[in-house]
Amino acid sequence: MIGLPIGQLQIEKPGGSDQCVASNGFCPEWIVDNIDRYWTPLLEHVYLTIAPVVIGFAISMVLAILAHRRRWLTGPIIATTGIFFAIPSVAAFFLLQPITGLGYTTAMVALVSYTLLIIFRNITTGLRNVPAETRDAALGQGLTERQVLFRVELPMAIPEIMAGLRIATSTTVGLAALAVFAGAGGLGREILIDERFKSNVVVAGGLAVLLAAAFDLLILAAQRAITPWQRAGR
Amino acid sequence: MNVAPAILGDFGEAIEFIFKERESVSGGVQIGGLSELGGFAATHMYVSIAALLIASALAIPLALWLGHIGRGDFLATATSNVGRAVPSLALLAFFISFIGLGYTNVIAVLVLLAIPPLITNTYVGVRQVDRETVDAARGQGMTDMEIVRKVELPLALPTIFGGLRTSAVNVVATATIAPLANVQTLGEPIITPQTYGFVGQLGAAIVVAVITLAVDFAFARLQRAVTPAGLKLADPARRRRFSFPIRRSLESR
Repeated sequence: MIGLPIGQLQIEKPGGSDQCVASNGFCPEWIVDNIDRYWTPLLEHVYLTIAPVVIGFAISMVLAILAHRRRWLTGPIIATTGIFFAIPSVAAFFLLQPITGLGYTTAMVALVSYTLLIIFRNITTGLRNVPAETRDAALGQGLTERQVLFRVELPMAIPEIMAGLRIATSTTVGLAALAVFAGAGGLGREILIDERFKSNVVVAGGLAVLLAAAFDLLILAAQRAITPWQRAGR
Repeated sequence: MNVAPAILGDFGEAIEFIFKERESVSGGVQIGGLSELGGFAATHMYVSIAALLIASALAIPLALWLGHIGRGDFLATATSNVGRAVPSLALLAFFISFIGLGYTNVIAVLVLLAIPPLITNTYVGVRQVDRETVDAARGQGMTDMEIVRKVELPLALPTIFGGLRTSAVNVVATATIAPLANVQTLGEPIITPQTYGFVGQLGAAIVVAVITLAVDFAFARLQRAVTPAGLKLADPARRRRFSFPIRRSLESR
């Protein structure tokens, strides 16, 4: 299970003719010629971000609804997910390897576990911030507990839930860069193939930053689309 | 069928690696054991503490003052957004390729990672101090400096320590990849499997995880310890409303 020596692979560069590339410089020409090599890692990175956030959201939602019904569960859930959250991702990628092996599964389990605390906390905060009067009004109109949850409380919690999704997504983009230690590829692998070559670092690192920004705008747009009442007041 | 013993075997060997020296995978060199890992841990702690101190000295006074004069909503949200969007690995690689290797650069990277949560939490901590409390202090004749030091800072301390806790965990976690810049922290066995093998990687991962959890726990205790008695005495229901979402929802990693 010995991985590749990390950070010592070096991108094969054309012979000494190109001074800029030979000196590990920032070379626009090299970038234009070699941009193709970054598409696959970029797509892997997109997958390494979307899948953990979606799975983490589903788990957190179930946990949050459980904790909403049984308040005493909130403390233990926060404590447990807090421990997952505090373990450094690089360490987690190795701690899981004896169990889940080298590859996507290991990366996925670790990345999902990081999203839980962030999303769970924001969903519970959102549900808790729904005014008691609003709940009472809904109950008074004859809605059942379940209807109150799905038609009143959850829709009113959408801004907090989406804020949690944004934090979880940008955090996951960053942590997925370390998934290379789990053998799961992504932009982190491209960075580590030659982390002394400026052109490589700028493109691979820059793509990761752009990816985080793009996801952020996408979630913001989705939030505006599904909460038309938020805009009406302004 | 022999999956379970294999898993236990991996962890057993990794723990043995932590406590006992052995020959390297490539042969010839003695690796592992408490003395080598102790050295790595000392370096790890040195760069982490240095970074945390520098970041605190830069970020906390600035954010205290911005919070006091009420300017900096934009800065507080922007730093935390940008801080989250830049992957630690990309930041370190950027420093390695453009500036160079070594302690100074590693500490600089860790300082940059530690600053955003400190700015955001300190700013929010000061802003959430009751304005009437500040007015009362001013009415008693306190100067701006006194208000910051004697009123706003103590009341913001729990939130500031929340930020310190986030930053400390981030910094200790990220110091693991410092060996890429030739600084031999506990990440050394992780980065050089050709010498340390998977057992070394796993052993180092265990040590890093234990240390980070200890740091997280210590700062959580510290956060409770610095909470002014007045805030602790406040109505528990009310306190939960305030401390729960604000203090932790801004944390990031």
